[in-house]
Parts: sequence; structure tokens; C-alpha cells
Amino acid sequence: MTTAQRWEGPAIFVEDVYKSFGDVRALCGIDLVVERGKVLGLLGPNGAGKTTAVKILTTLLQPDRGRALVEGRDVVRSPAAVREIIGLAGQSAAIQEELTGRENLEIMGRLYHLDPDTRHRRAAELLERFDLLDAADRPTKGYSGGMQRRLDLALSLVSHPEVLFLDEPTTGLDPRSRLGMWEVIRELVARGATLLLTTQYLEEADELADEIVVIDHGKVIAAGTSEELKNRIGGDVLEFTVDERDRLGEVAETLRALSEAEPTIDAETGTLTLRVGEGGSRALVETVRRLDALGVHTEGLGVRRPSLDDVFLALTGHGAEEPADSPHGRRRAGRRA
Amino acid sequence: MTTATLSPLVPLDIPGPAVSQRLRHGVADVVSLTLRELLIWFRNPFFIFFSIVQPVMFTLLFRYVFGGAIPVSVHGGYVAYLMPGVIAQSAAFGSFGTAIALARQLQKGVIDRFRAMPMARSAVLLGRLVADTLRITVTVLVILGVGYGVGFRFQNGVVPGVVMLVLGVVLGITISTVSAFVGLAVKDEEAVSSFGLVWIFPLTFVSAAFVPVSSMPGWLQAFAANQPVTIVIEEMRALALGGPLVLHAWQSALWLAGIVAVFVPLAVRAYRRAS
Repeated sequence: MTTAQRWEGPAIFVEDVYKSFGDVRALCGIDLVVERGKVLGLLGPNGAGKTTAVKILTTLLQPDRGRALVEGRDVVRSPAAVREIIGLAGQSAAIQEELTGRENLEIMGRLYHLDPDTRHRRAAELLERFDLLDAADRPTKGYSGGMQRRLDLALSLVSHPEVLFLDEPTTGLDPRSRLGMWEVIRELVARGATLLLTTQYLEEADELADEIVVIDHGKVIAAGTSEELKNRIGGDVLEFTVDERDRLGEVAETLRALSEAEPTIDAETGTLTLRVGEGGSRALVETVRRLDALGVHTEGLGVRRPSLDDVFLALTGHGAEEPADSPHGRRRAGRRA
Repeated sequence: MTTATLSPLVPLDIPGPAVSQRLRHGVADVVSLTLRELLIWFRNPFFIFFSIVQPVMFTLLFRYVFGGAIPVSVHGGYVAYLMPGVIAQSAAFGSFGTAIALARQLQKGVIDRFRAMPMARSAVLLGRLVADTLRITVTVLVILGVGYGVGFRFQNGVVPGVVMLVLGVVLGITISTVSAFVGLAVKDEEAVSSFGLVWIFPLTFVSAAFVPVSSMPGWLQAFAANQPVTIVIEEMRALALGGPLVLHAWQSALWLAGIVAVFVPLAVRAYRRAS
């Protein structure tokens, strides 16, 4: 149907997009470019504007200003043409819980006007690929969180979309299910899908995305590969935990001169983070000497490359993960997974 | 739009599919979504309860428990009076499920997902309407069957009897459009459930469904005698039992057409805005 026209530009092109809801400014001039076959990680805390951006690109919302193209199709002028080539998945929204996994897929196939043979084949193929064959004929109500997300993703792939949008595909999943989801997404990417992925998890963007765009309060505050973003901080990070929480301030004071920026204190975990530039090992020796002089007992003292968490903190002045909805273990799982 | 400042990328201009194909796909989508709803209902015992068990219980309750205490002046006694009323009441009351289902799908994001697919926007609402029609028809036929079991008979011939059943279904669908609007405008399953008590109970119970309006206090009669459910019920009684048809036929037609004319556009608008 559309073979006559070829699009030579990027798969996703967003330029100067604004969107407000009443007084709330959700997006204030966003630019995004995703080349075909690449994965863009749209990273930001709750309320940063990630979901609004996805809704505009999937034709669910219209931008107040600016322009958004998906494979060259304008989301405002040709929304029907955009819907032909996109897939949308995320927080299991498309699943009807009374129906079985296979029925959910079959109905999706019907709605994409596949003939019965293709429909059955596609459902079977996706069930197998997403490791849902055993549960295929059970109502999805009884599926685990991870299984529901996998089925949701499978549903978005029924039509072989050219561009896929995943809105927080692992939010609320336990660490093991999240790793499973990552596997599935990686495999998709290996098959050449263009993907826009929103996430609150730094390491998720780090693991899956070719390029990361960090947004906060509806604005792009940084963009680049994970390496580039880490290099922005420049140099190494020195980190350790102090058992005696009441001495954290004193310790930070003593080591301030070694850090390029104000030392970061996490009072809850007793963790102190210093940005020590390129002289990582020298700073390490000096730190040990000063801590020894103070008589402070530390744990896990070491020098590491900066994580995206450090980058986010440096860029925004606050952490990436909102404490309000962070279950226990997310932070830890996030850092080390 | 400040297109002047944007970069010179020229978007593709893709013509939409031909009208004939859009029509064919539109019909197929409505069929698919209808099937989807039916499948969901079959799996949901709660739903079976509401559309079958509850109306049957009402029929039996009024036939055998309350009916003896309600004097009516129709040939055939209370069961003859009751059946057209309980059929209309159940058809209208059952439409409440439409509001709950739409609010739930909206809240969960199912409808957003459909809207991001190449599907006619009207298909979701039409599919639901078709499914609701089937559901109401089943409810009406089951109640009629129970009615025949407990002594009800059409006294005015088969054709008026069938017209009465159709009128009951049409009433149910008409109230469904109100329900669809409420579900899409309120958007929250819990809120829709509680809010439902405020409008659907008075509409279906403060009517001539179970008791003669003349038994109510004067201030309530003013509402009960003139509200659409009562008007339709009076017409259905006349069809089932015999009696003057014309006046209530006109009034019913005007009410039903009026409700559809107001609430279908409202529901469509609420659907467009809901995201």
C-alpha cells in the first residue's frame, strides 16, 4: 500500500514538541531522533513527561506545538498511517484477564485483519517465543506479573510493527522477571526493530538502549550514549559505607578536598560518594589514610566508573528513582544487576 | 504551529485506504470486538449472575413474595402486570454493565491500546453496542421463559407479543447509550458503580415496572408516571395484554429517539476525549 514512498529520514523524529494539560506543562520543547533499527531509552523520573511523549508518538494525544514523525508519517496529519506501522506495549494494559493468552493473541490478529491461518500461526509462534506455551490456554488472570508483561509485548508484535514503543515495560516487576523481560527485548532488538523505551531505571536504559535521552520536567536535560553520559561526569567515583551514621558529616568534611564536587551522602544507607576525577587510586590511598586517622570503620570502599545514577544526580540535583513508588530492593537491584 | 522554524524534513503524504476497504475492515472490527465481549462474558460468572440469575430472582420474588400484596386491575392478575414491567426493568437495569465495562477498559488502558491501532474509532463503541444487544436479548428471552413457567401468557396475540420483546430490547439499548456516556465520562470503575445508584435505580424502580404508579405518593407520581421507562412499560403492557397503543407508542418513540439523539453524540465525544 505504501511501497511507492520511501522514507530516508530517521524512524522517529520529534521536534520542539510542547504539550500542556491545563496549567501543567508536561512537555516543554522536546527533540528526539531515533535512527532505524536503534533503541532509544527515554529516561526520567515519574512525571517527567515520558508517557506524554509516547502518547503523542502513538497518536493518542496531539501536541500543542511542534512536530512528530514516525517513519516519516506525521502523527497529527496522518495518524491512521502511523497506527499502521507502530506497536505499543507497556504495563500489561492490552491484556483482557478473563481471556487466555492464546485468545488475547487471536483477537489481536483479527483486529489486524490477518486471515485465520496466519492468525493461528502467529499466535502459536509468539506464545512459543515468549515462553508462554504452557500457560497458553489458561485465563491470563492467573499469570504472574512477568508473564503478563511478556504477553503484552507479544500482543504488540502481532502485526510486525516497524516501530515499537515500550512504556515502562518492567516497572513494578521483581528483579528476576525484569531480567527475563530484558532478554526478550534484547532479542527483539537483535532482529532489527526500532524501539523507543521509557524507563525510570537507569540500568535498564544502560542495558538496552543505544542512545539515552534524559528528561526531567518536560525538558531534555542530556542525550548521548551511556558511555558519553558517564564521561560527562569525568573520571572515577569513590564510594564506601560508614557504619556510624552520626559521623557521616564529619567524614564528608574531612574528604571534601579530594572530591571534584560536593560529596553525596545517602543517610539512609550510610553511603558516601565522591567524584575523584582521573586520579582514582591516589584518592583511594589518601581516603584510607584520612579515615584511618579519624578511626572510622568503613565497608565496601572502592573506586568505580560512574553509573547513570551518578549522572542523573549530577544533571538534576536529585536521584532518578522516585522514593514514593520504589519497593525495597529496586535500588540495590538497579545498581548491581 | 510554528512550522517556519522547523527543519525542512517533508513528511510522507500517505493516502488512506479506499472507502470499500475501510468499510469492510470496519465491519470486521465490530464483529471481532463483539466476539471479544461475548467471550469475556462467558468467562465471568459475575456477569452471568447479573444478566440471568438476578432478573430471574426478581421475577420470582415479585411473582410470589411481593405480588400478592400488590393490587392490580388487569386481566390475568399480578403476573400479567409484572412480566412486561420486569422485562423492561431488567433490560434497562442491565445496561449498567456497559458503564462499568467501559470505565474499566478505559482505566486499564485497553481503549488507549485500541486507539493506537489501525481501527475505526467507532468500532469499539459499536462492538459493545452489538454485544449489549445480544446480551439484553438473552436476558429478555430467559425472563419470558420463566414468566411462562409461572403463569404469564400473551393475551393479545403473538405478533404484538414479539413487538413487546423487541421494544424491551430497544429500551435496554437506549439506556445503554446513557450508560456508555456515564462510563466514558466518569472513567473510574468504582465511581461509576456508586454513581450508578443515583440514576439507574430511580429510573428503573421508580416506574410502573412492579407497582401501579397510582400507589405512590403524589410528588413521586409526577416523576414515575412521566419518565421514559414507565412510558415504554405502559406500551409494552398494552402490546402484551391488549389496550390502547397509539398514545404511548408516540411518547415511547419520542423519548427513545430523544435519548439516543442526546447521548450518542455525548458518548462519542467522551470517547474521543478520554485518553
